[in-house]
Amino acid sequence: MSSALLFAGAGIGLLLIGAWALVLRAHLIRKVLAINVMGSGVFLVLVGAGAMGGVVDPVPQAMVITGIVVAISATALALALVLRIANATGKPALPEDRERDLMDEEGAR
Amino acid sequence: MIHDWLAGMSWMVWAIVLPLLGAVCAFLFPRRAAVIGLSGAFLTAGAALAVLLQIIMGGPRSYALGGWGAPLGIDLVADGLSALMLAMTAIVGAAVSVYARVYLASSPDKVKRFWPLWLFLWAALNGLFQAGDAFNLYVTLELLGLSAVALVALTGSGPALWGAMRYLLVSLLGSLAYLLGVALLYHAYGTVDLALLGERADGGLMLAVPLGAMIAGLLLKTGLFPFHVWLPPAHGSARAPVSALLSGLVVKASFYLLLRLWFTFVPEGQGVPLLLGSLGAAAVFWGSVQALRQKRLKLLVAYSTVAQLGYLFIAFPLAGLDPALAWGGSIYLALSHALAKGAMFLAAGSIMTQGGHDEIAELDRVVDRMPLTLAAFALSGISLAGLPPSGGFVGKWMLLQAALAQGQWFWAVVMIVGGLLTATYVFRVLGFAFTKSPHEHERHDVPPTMEWTALLLALGAVALGFVAPWALPLLDGVLP
Repeated sequence: MSSALLFAGAGIGLLLIGAWALVLRAHLIRKVLAINVMGSGVFLVLVGAGAMGGVVDPVPQAMVITGIVVAISATALALALVLRIANATGKPALPEDRERDLMDEEGAR
Repeated sequence: MIHDWLAGMSWMVWAIVLPLLGAVCAFLFPRRAAVIGLSGAFLTAGAALAVLLQIIMGGPRSYALGGWGAPLGIDLVADGLSALMLAMTAIVGAAVSVYARVYLASSPDKVKRFWPLWLFLWAALNGLFQAGDAFNLYVTLELLGLSAVALVALTGSGPALWGAMRYLLVSLLGSLAYLLGVALLYHAYGTVDLALLGERADGGLMLAVPLGAMIAGLLLKTGLFPFHVWLPPAHGSARAPVSALLSGLVVKASFYLLLRLWFTFVPEGQGVPLLLGSLGAAAVFWGSVQALRQKRLKLLVAYSTVAQLGYLFIAFPLAGLDPALAWGGSIYLALSHALAKGAMFLAAGSIMTQGGHDEIAELDRVVDRMPLTLAAFALSGISLAGLPPSGGFVGKWMLLQAALAQGQWFWAVVMIVGGLLTATYVFRVLGFAFTKSPHEHERHDVPPTMEWTALLLALGAVALGFVAPWALPLLDGVLP
């Protein structure tokens, strides 16, 4: 098993972990983190797939750099929104999750 | 001489650079934001229409940014489909800009942020319609999503912020699925240039997996049933000009991208088209029934968007026999929906400004107080329901013909029943607008500019039915 394949496999794993957390966690910051984990997964797939022939291809790396810039801007916007939601409604959660306790086991699950 | 000057300019680049410049200036000088925003909007609309003229006269065009050609550089390409989308954006964008200047004049200072965000959104749209490679499309898609979310959040109330947050999460999830598809495509074929991909792609699992991920992500972003849950809260809680932009233009961008991918790779098999068509049919029914059940006007219009998006997907199972007829109908429906839904949201915004609320049952003799706005609402309803001679009629008629030519009666029934349901919820609003409400409401004056822009946009949706003989030939050579 080449290291490139390992990268790509780990990327798919991160993607799934992130998707799982995005759906199940109630706290909005956890959801934002989940999206970031998923993004890292996709970047790993990009880099790993680009290095599979043994020769490292620079194009996917350029794409990942662009992707990271996009991810940072998206995270900044998301965090600003979380702050405003917490200020306006008193709880950093979407309406369907408001009844859940965000900090204990149930909210974390 | 003017002809040479027009043909010589690289309008494709200007259509992206002008809104970007305008956005930065409007952000730096917030006190002049409205003036800068409005002039930026008109210049952008002009550049986009110039691209349309260039393509009508000289056919598809491409432009290598900075002189670097593909595969290393980023190529802009525009064909008939891009040109139609650019023109649609220019018309709706110009009308919404004029409306927004008056609408926002009385609002608090923070709303001035509308102008930079809207021009960024426009730059992203124009970039997306002219992007020639899958990765550049990803970047424009993200730019589009981020500025759209920020526009929803401008309202500032709790429900609007929730709507914006859910929209952001869905939008990011969709883009990530799309980016994963791009990564796998690059791995399989060594390029992200759409034209090259179309030549190299050879079917099989190497193509099916990335294409599946990309299509799933784009369906999420387009809001096709059952991925529509984020759409009504986001579109319904935004300010009226923003709702018009989101429902009219933003969801069309991801649909356009879906079509682009479909036309590039022309997937084989009957299963996926049938699935997309069935989801579209479900969206028509579910969206229309939900629209009928809504108590608030803006939510009704937002659910109507869910239903109308469903129609666009009915073309997928019908494209087998006569692709030009089915795809042409779907694209024409998308164009006329942009104008009609834009007008409908603008009219809803005027009604809300006048009465201070948008409860449908409490609409108090709106017909006497603002006949122009009600006419705009009714005219856009005509186009949505697909009554002649509107643009919506042309699109639906082409889809109906495609269905009947293949003897696929089911799709024809879906379209006709959907049209009846549309007429029902439009007339429900009109009925309450003609009667007196049981309660007294405060009244505000609505500037005539707001009423007229909505009406002109609605008239544009109807007039689209008359320009079909000139617009549809632009799609020759684009459709598979």
